[in-house]
Amino acid sequence: MTQLVLFNVFNGLIIGAFYALMALGLSLILNLSGVINFAHGGFLAIGGYLAYSLVPYLGYWGALLVSPFLVAFIGILVERVLIRQLYGRDPLYSLLLTFGLAFMIEDGTRFIWGAQSLPFQIPGWLSRPLSADYFFLTGYRLFMMLLVTAVVAGLFVILNYTRLGIRIRAGTLDLETVSVLGVNVRVLRNLNFGLGIYLAGLAGVLAVGMLGLQPNIGDNLIMPSFIAIIVGGLGSLPGTLAGGILIGVVSGVTTVFLPAASEAVIYVMMAAVLIVRPRGLLGEEGRF
Amino acid sequence: MPKLDKRAGDVLIWLLLLSAPFWLPVAGSYVELGTRVVVFALAATALNFLLGYTGVLSFGHAAYFGLGAYGTALTIKLLVASTPVGMLVGVVVGTIAAAIIGLMIIRLRGVYFAMCTIAFGQVFYFIAFQWFSLTNGDDGVSAWHREPLNLGFTTIDILNSSNAFYYFVLAVFAACVAAMAFLLRSPFGRTLQAIRENERRARFLGIPVDAHIWMSWVISCFFVSVAGTLFALMNNFVDPRAMRWDQSGTFVIMTVLGGMRSFWGPLIGSAIYLVLQDYISSHTENWMSFIGLFFVLIVLFFPRGVLGLIGRKVAS
Repeated sequence: MTQLVLFNVFNGLIIGAFYALMALGLSLILNLSGVINFAHGGFLAIGGYLAYSLVPYLGYWGALLVSPFLVAFIGILVERVLIRQLYGRDPLYSLLLTFGLAFMIEDGTRFIWGAQSLPFQIPGWLSRPLSADYFFLTGYRLFMMLLVTAVVAGLFVILNYTRLGIRIRAGTLDLETVSVLGVNVRVLRNLNFGLGIYLAGLAGVLAVGMLGLQPNIGDNLIMPSFIAIIVGGLGSLPGTLAGGILIGVVSGVTTVFLPAASEAVIYVMMAAVLIVRPRGLLGEEGRF
Repeated sequence: MPKLDKRAGDVLIWLLLLSAPFWLPVAGSYVELGTRVVVFALAATALNFLLGYTGVLSFGHAAYFGLGAYGTALTIKLLVASTPVGMLVGVVVGTIAAAIIGLMIIRLRGVYFAMCTIAFGQVFYFIAFQWFSLTNGDDGVSAWHREPLNLGFTTIDILNSSNAFYYFVLAVFAACVAAMAFLLRSPFGRTLQAIRENERRARFLGIPVDAHIWMSWVISCFFVSVAGTLFALMNNFVDPRAMRWDQSGTFVIMTVLGGMRSFWGPLIGSAIYLVLQDYISSHTENWMSFIGLFFVLIVLFFPRGVLGLIGRKVAS
């Protein structure tokens, strides 16, 4: 029993780490630009598929390193060409646009790589269990946990100690003042979008190592990411991180006792948060 | 003569709708497409009640559309083989769900509201997907069909005659649209538009804004679930895709395409969207890309929609 609980808590942590990675990217974009990026799941899928195509040339590690940057570059292009035009307009339009993008990306990946699911090979030594008792603790899962932790820590270092990060945080609070102080807000939003998409691309490469490749792989991860943001509190990145991990673990633990409710429980959590504390766990009062 | 123009527009639209079964086959199409247009037009008009006239963005209306559809399908299949009873159950289920969820989200605004409607919309999708014993999961509720309408003195065979079913759908559409137009012209409807224009001012005038938005939300979801019941009857089938987020997006794009500040905009948007989809999906397998591209193009080049554009031309 303890092993089962441990297994599901650990599983929940991993899934929560994915949600958090997705949600942090979504949150960055939402906070600075007011855009809900529906295509985030699509960018995740691109990350996975690009890695799949890069592995024969660069090997696993090269693909893991390069693919997220390529995805971020695509994201930066998309922001420059399309999303930039919608800033300051009703959020309805950016929602519809990213919605259309999500359709195009899903269909595009299906067109290029085929509709059937593809296997994604990870290095053999990573896929072995680390211990006979705790069979679920494969090297890959542990590696993912460590990598996500490092990346999230890196993100917070960027946000707190680099000029770009400080400007992003300042812009989240008051973009107009930041602009008046001489910061090029267009470039700032562009880079911020790229940063958010980078996280989606990375989540994609890691996810396909566990789940395999499917054109709609992002679909199942994007809704929980929305909920992670709502639970954690809009406008707060630490809140988003906590929200993602929390819903992952809660859903993992629920799997032990009531498997059918593992999906529903995160919606129940969202409802509870909205009733008790509409601004979310760490959200600011009166921001929305 | 804007008043006369509007009257003439109304008359023209009703004439086209009433005569559709006669001119659709001539135009190389089929009556079922007309039925589909009217069903989706009702859903989009209902969404527009909230989006265009109250200024509140919902991206989760497919949930209540789908609840209406599932309520109807399951009632006719498992409980009573009667079309009106099935519709009644569907509408009641959809409206009650909307009323409860509305209470949780009315305090939120803007993007945050939209995000919560999306997330809550997905709850019902997952329930329909996973409650296999009741809903048959991904395969959907099949092996049932709409029942002929028994009016006591006569029976209307909406099951086998597609023309009869079209007029049945049109009658429901007309009743719903008239009710919405009536509500929008009432003091209540004017209040909603005042909230849309300036929420803070409305609040200072002593209007209970949250309560009004909640009512508008529930009314909108009520009519969307009526559309959902018609959708189930139209297909004699329903599956979880009827309530997925992309369905919600379809309603929004129809509304925007037609023009969201105008009453008939959603009808026109629905007609354009469905005719185009019908055409594209019969010519290419990659219709999803084209629909996605269509979304992008509308947002970039056509944000006011067809009627918004015409209205501006007339004004200038």
